[in-house]
Amino acid sequence: MSQYILRRLLIAIPSLLGISLALFTVLALAPGDPFGELAANPNVPPEVAAELRRKFGMDDPVLVRYWSWFTAMLQGSWGFSFVSRMDVDQLILQRLPTTLVVIGSSQLLALAIALPVGIYAATRPYSIFDQIANTLAFIGFSLPTFFTGILLILLFSITLDWLPFVYRADIAETGWRFYWEHFKQMIMPVTVLGLFQAGSWTRYVRSAVLDVIRLDYVTTARSKGLAERVVIGKHVVRNALIPVVTLVALQMPAIFGGAIVTEQIFRVPGIGSLLISAMLANDTPVIMAVTFVFSILVVFCNLLADVIYGWLDPRISYR
Amino acid sequence: MQLREIENGLRREIEAVKSGKLSKRDFIHNMVLAGLTAPMASQLLMHAGVAHAQQYKSAYKPTKRGGGGPLRVLWWQGPTLLNPHFATGTKDQEGSRIFYEPLAAWDTDGNLVPILAAEVPSVANKTVAPDGKWVIWKLKQGVKWHDGKPFTADDVVFTAAFAADPASAAVTVATYKDVKVTKIDTYTVRVENSRASPFWADPLVGTAGMIIPKHLFEAYIGAKSREAPTNLKPVGTGPYKFIDFKPGDMVRGAINTDYHEPNRPFFDSIEMKGGGDAVSAARAVLQTGEFDYAWNLQVEDEVLKRLETGGKGKTTITVGGNIEFIQLNSADPWTEIEGERAHPKSRHPILNDPAVRSAMSMLVDKQSIQNFIYGRTGLATANFLNNPSRFVSKNMKYDFNPDKAAATLEAAGWKKGSDGVRIKDGKRLKFVFQTSINAPRQKTQQIIKQAAQKAGIDLELKSVAASVYFSSDVANPDTYTKFFCDVQMYTTTMTQPDPELFMNQFVSTNASSKANKWQGRNITRWVNAEYDATHKAAESEQDPVKRAAMFVKMNDLAVGDYTVIPVVARPRVAGMSSKLNAPLSAWDNDLWMLRDWYREA
Repeated sequence: MSQYILRRLLIAIPSLLGISLALFTVLALAPGDPFGELAANPNVPPEVAAELRRKFGMDDPVLVRYWSWFTAMLQGSWGFSFVSRMDVDQLILQRLPTTLVVIGSSQLLALAIALPVGIYAATRPYSIFDQIANTLAFIGFSLPTFFTGILLILLFSITLDWLPFVYRADIAETGWRFYWEHFKQMIMPVTVLGLFQAGSWTRYVRSAVLDVIRLDYVTTARSKGLAERVVIGKHVVRNALIPVVTLVALQMPAIFGGAIVTEQIFRVPGIGSLLISAMLANDTPVIMAVTFVFSILVVFCNLLADVIYGWLDPRISYR
Repeated sequence: MQLREIENGLRREIEAVKSGKLSKRDFIHNMVLAGLTAPMASQLLMHAGVAHAQQYKSAYKPTKRGGGGPLRVLWWQGPTLLNPHFATGTKDQEGSRIFYEPLAAWDTDGNLVPILAAEVPSVANKTVAPDGKWVIWKLKQGVKWHDGKPFTADDVVFTAAFAADPASAAVTVATYKDVKVTKIDTYTVRVENSRASPFWADPLVGTAGMIIPKHLFEAYIGAKSREAPTNLKPVGTGPYKFIDFKPGDMVRGAINTDYHEPNRPFFDSIEMKGGGDAVSAARAVLQTGEFDYAWNLQVEDEVLKRLETGGKGKTTITVGGNIEFIQLNSADPWTEIEGERAHPKSRHPILNDPAVRSAMSMLVDKQSIQNFIYGRTGLATANFLNNPSRFVSKNMKYDFNPDKAAATLEAAGWKKGSDGVRIKDGKRLKFVFQTSINAPRQKTQQIIKQAAQKAGIDLELKSVAASVYFSSDVANPDTYTKFFCDVQMYTTTMTQPDPELFMNQFVSTNASSKANKWQGRNITRWVNAEYDATHKAAESEQDPVKRAAMFVKMNDLAVGDYTVIPVVARPRVAGMSSKLNAPLSAWDNDLWMLRDWYREA
């Protein structure tokens, strides 16, 4: 097992290298310049922008720049933001807690909806409950988050005036008011992300449970006279969840990416909005670092899914 | 000549004020009757050496410091760094302005208001050389940095040296590299300008003039500038002290109880939130009232009006010198000379015909563009130079008239072909018209294209993504400074109340070309010897009235030759809570007078 993980980690290294080289080349070829705004300002002489470009090594060939990025990375340095003139890892660390809280809670919300609804719908297929759950799930994952986000803002912030729509990571309150304000501003972004995810997961849980529930061993369990609660809980769900767990693990990175739009709408100061503003400002080291974090997440979650899969289903062996 | 008459009349009146025959109030009254605005009149007096006639008057009412609760402002592009001398855009200047202050700031009429200076220097007080070559600033005493250290002349001298060092890579280097700032005593500094200029007040003033503390930056002058911890934790003299900063997201400050003005500031804390887009920023201030102030609301006027109906907030319009305008290429973008398109030496084969240029100017329906597209946020104008008012020409008229345009072309020998497009000597009147992707601009393009079609000109519309169009990427042919097409439209900004820099956009030696990596400011590559000579003369003209007349003449030369067609003046638009009282300025940052901001009960 540990040998398998080690081998997988070793395979991950060349793929990460390839990803980083591809990212770097694409970013280097993309139009735009972090000091473009300076060039448009008549008070700033062109030499200043040229000096800044030289200072940040932007006039070197792509491969030279990649090599210096790579060697710095090996020494644990994530680079230096052109635009903020501070270390990139500091920028990311500032934003990470907010992203984790918002995305984490939305995933918990999604699971809390998808599991019970999916399982219950599968035990009573084609009942009224199943039909309604199915319809809602379809609506849930076919409405894009930027649409539901704006819809919620219109309803709860503007018409009803109940919830704020500008997310503030620093709230100058103490005690219960601090938590209450945080809770209030998190409701909308978490709901938007959570419901979207819950839609597709409900469908997935339902079909996984449905696959298992028809198998012979479930009939055997029932005929032994076990209570329905035990049959579903112990025999069906356990087996049905194997592919679901894999799916959740594999989708994690996609969720980080998908949250970018939601972060923008609610002004959540997370990694996604950092990426967007870095792209608009052509701040290459930050774009590079954030996208690289995303690609590490993808590789890591893939590995995690494989490991969990084998742990849940001992028939799968690692060689 | 009309100009002469205006000039002479003004002179007589100013003399009357100087000798005491006429009161300042009467002078301003007479000038207003003569069709000049009050700020213009007061400007003339100030520049003629008469003590400041009409200065910024604070309307600040609170009688004690603090107690105003939090002030929440929304910048939809949040500041990414807090050292004013590294500011890549106004967003960074604004974030820094919460904590740092210059010696003096510009009010919206283009007057200087002392901030860290004890008074504004003037020729009359013998603190400015009659030719503007040197300036003596007397500093305010008793001012403290946020860490308790006293503010002195050393800090001012240091700030200039820090910015002037090319290795510091400060964006304000152009302002400081040719000036010498020396200390006379603890509270007096002398600024030596490199040349005699009537516009002596650029260093140490306004957006480029924020003073930084010597004791915290001393070790980081030059190449180590980016390592200074104070870059991210500012220590200034301003009304609010730094609490924390997340680049692009949030800047927070708390009241400075040691602030150097009595009873100020009003608010206990300030919070500048960044991110999102302009429309939702407008919504958060005007409709829901979650925030007190929103910067730079580039939103259609119709939307702003709808959001204002709730009465929670209002839109404020500050008229400055920014202008949305159309450029007609003087160079030929379709032929390469010395391997370069639109080479400054080449001339456009069709647009070089004055009849075609004047026809183009008659095809721009400015009034409809204002009425149906920009509303209060774009005012139809005949001039390129629209502010301060003393520089505004009264000689230019605009006339939307497709029939007259057609007649002009007909008379010049451009005859309609079978497809409705005019032809002369085998050359068809077909132009490529480019601008950035932005809804109001595409609508404007459409309005002009329709009018042009009637007159027999075929316009091919092209729109380029703003991030490409406004970039300085040398490799990309679609940037606005390259101007590799016939006609283009965008907004140019006027950052100083003096038009010398603004008007260098038509000086022929400034032509944008491969040699200067297309960073020359004369993008149309227009060449006019009279213009060049007038601009050169204005650089050293000491007489403010004569100088104003020169800029009026430059405007008339460029606009009258139709090298540019002004479309609408773009004022600065901000949203604020209806209870907030915040003085704004067109010539400085939005937060230039943050100390005077207060909320009415």
